Amino acid sequence: MIELAEVKKTFSRGTVDEKVAINGLTLHIRDGDFVTIIGSNGAGKTTALNLISGTYFPDEGNIVIDGVDVTNIPEHRRAKFLGRIFQDPLMGTAASMSIEENLAIADLRGKRRGLGWGVEKSRRGHYRDILKMLDLGLEDRMKDMVSLLSGGQRQSLTLLMVTLSIPKLLLLDEHTAALDPKTAQRVMELTEKIITDNNLTTVMVTHNMQQAIQYGNRMIMLHEGRIQFDIEGEEKNNLTVEDVVKKFGEKLKDETLLVA
Amino acid sequence: MFLSSFLRTIPISLEQGLAYGIVALGIVISFRILAFPDLTVDGSFPLGAAAVSRLIIEGIHPIYGVMLAIFLGFIAGCFTGLLNTKLKINSLLAGILMMTILYSVNLRIMGRSNIQLLTVNTLLTPLESLEMNRFIPIITFFFLVTIGIKILTDMFLHTQLGFAMRATGDNEQMIRTLGTNTDNMTILGLGISNAFVALSGALVCQDQGFSDVGMGIGMIVAGLASIIIGEALLGTKTVQRMTLAAIVGSIIYKFIISIGLRLGLAPTDLKLATGIMVVLALGIPALKKEKEGKLHLRGV
Repeated sequence: MIELAEVKKTFSRGTVDEKVAINGLTLHIRDGDFVTIIGSNGAGKTTALNLISGTYFPDEGNIVIDGVDVTNIPEHRRAKFLGRIFQDPLMGTAASMSIEENLAIADLRGKRRGLGWGVEKSRRGHYRDILKMLDLGLEDRMKDMVSLLSGGQRQSLTLLMVTLSIPKLLLLDEHTAALDPKTAQRVMELTEKIITDNNLTTVMVTHNMQQAIQYGNRMIMLHEGRIQFDIEGEEKNNLTVEDVVKKFGEKLKDETLLVA
Repeated sequence: MFLSSFLRTIPISLEQGLAYGIVALGIVISFRILAFPDLTVDGSFPLGAAAVSRLIIEGIHPIYGVMLAIFLGFIAGCFTGLLNTKLKINSLLAGILMMTILYSVNLRIMGRSNIQLLTVNTLLTPLESLEMNRFIPIITFFFLVTIGIKILTDMFLHTQLGFAMRATGDNEQMIRTLGTNTDNMTILGLGISNAFVALSGALVCQDQGFSDVGMGIGMIVAGLASIIIGEALLGTKTVQRMTLAAIVGSIIYKFIISIGLRLGLAPTDLKLATGIMVVLALGIPALKKEKEGKLHLRGV
């Protein structure tokens, strides 16, 4: 359960470049919600995720995750609550480390790291099993460096890393945008499977309206740092790209959103 | 004639290469593992030498001096890390500041600009008084110490903490989202790195029989040269390979230097030659228009 109350964030305050990114955002995400967030460039989508994850701190307002006020808790100490996947497939994994080493790092998300062996023998079997699920043959390449993998493979591995210790909230930041359409499709299917299987509470930022409509039980449109609309359930299921364009076309200003 | 002078340089290159190999191992941790261009090295090397020399002439057993050297090197490295992570000082500048500060600190510790140790008992005195060619016990000693540190480093870098440190150098954002305080990793890593360097300084001064406040000048460049040579031969595929490359590179570097000296290179031109060597190694990939240079660094 995530609660954002009247959150505000302004960049370069007091300079000519002052930019109000988030302007009084109030949002309540229930356990099990799969929320998609759309909005044109500069609407505050990524800033909203960065505020939830603790990459930035809000100027005003509160953020509560699972009953804990995390407003002033730094990013690395929110890790036990959050899993996050970035747009850039290179950002979710450590390239100079092997596949199993990356999995082992994620295995200890939010836990104390000590002088025990990084890859525990007893976990290897489990790593192999979950890698098999990807169907990419990575289970036979566990000692290979991640730098040898393609973008799609790295993003799939990042997804697996999230599932190793189930977060309270999964943040997806346009995580398929940098992949070719076919790979993006595969990664998105895998994402949905992982979310459903683990009943993950998820927030997915996307630039692709079709994707925002197709996935999740709830959809939010941000505009100038505020929620423009917030629909869910039946209403969302019946929504089409045309509906959204008709209603909010002039506010979107951004054709890339309309590319299905 | 030439061959025999060539062969004669081998034992001395092994001795020095192994002793300075510990510096190269330290630089592997800062430059390679943390991707942090740490210049503290030029100050922490004489820091180790200063600590041990002072205690020796005060009549304290050298083993305590070596322990003090390791401790002080660790603290010096941590300070550089603090300057960078907490005060947000650029990594290169943080190292330069620490190096400069240490110059005064080292003079304070020594009480003068150099200390000779030829006439006092050092850690190596028992080895040198054995009834055999001095190279045999001395090279064995440095071999055991340097390989021991290499193995400990390899082991550490395969622990949970070591993984977090490697990930900090590789992908800071990622390991932070996985719950690691990357500032602490940088501080700890620089501490370990400079502890190694100070240990090397503490052993080298006992081996050569004196400490000098200027003995650290150019240490970082020589260490980098060693690493680059070693990696060109052995690659960087695994951590074990990387640490081995540093030691092998250090030996070959000392070997090249001794050959150069025998061929008439003036000792005063050594740093010029080493600098050119590093410039070439780092610059050639850029001239070949390769996308990535040899060094990937953070915080610069």
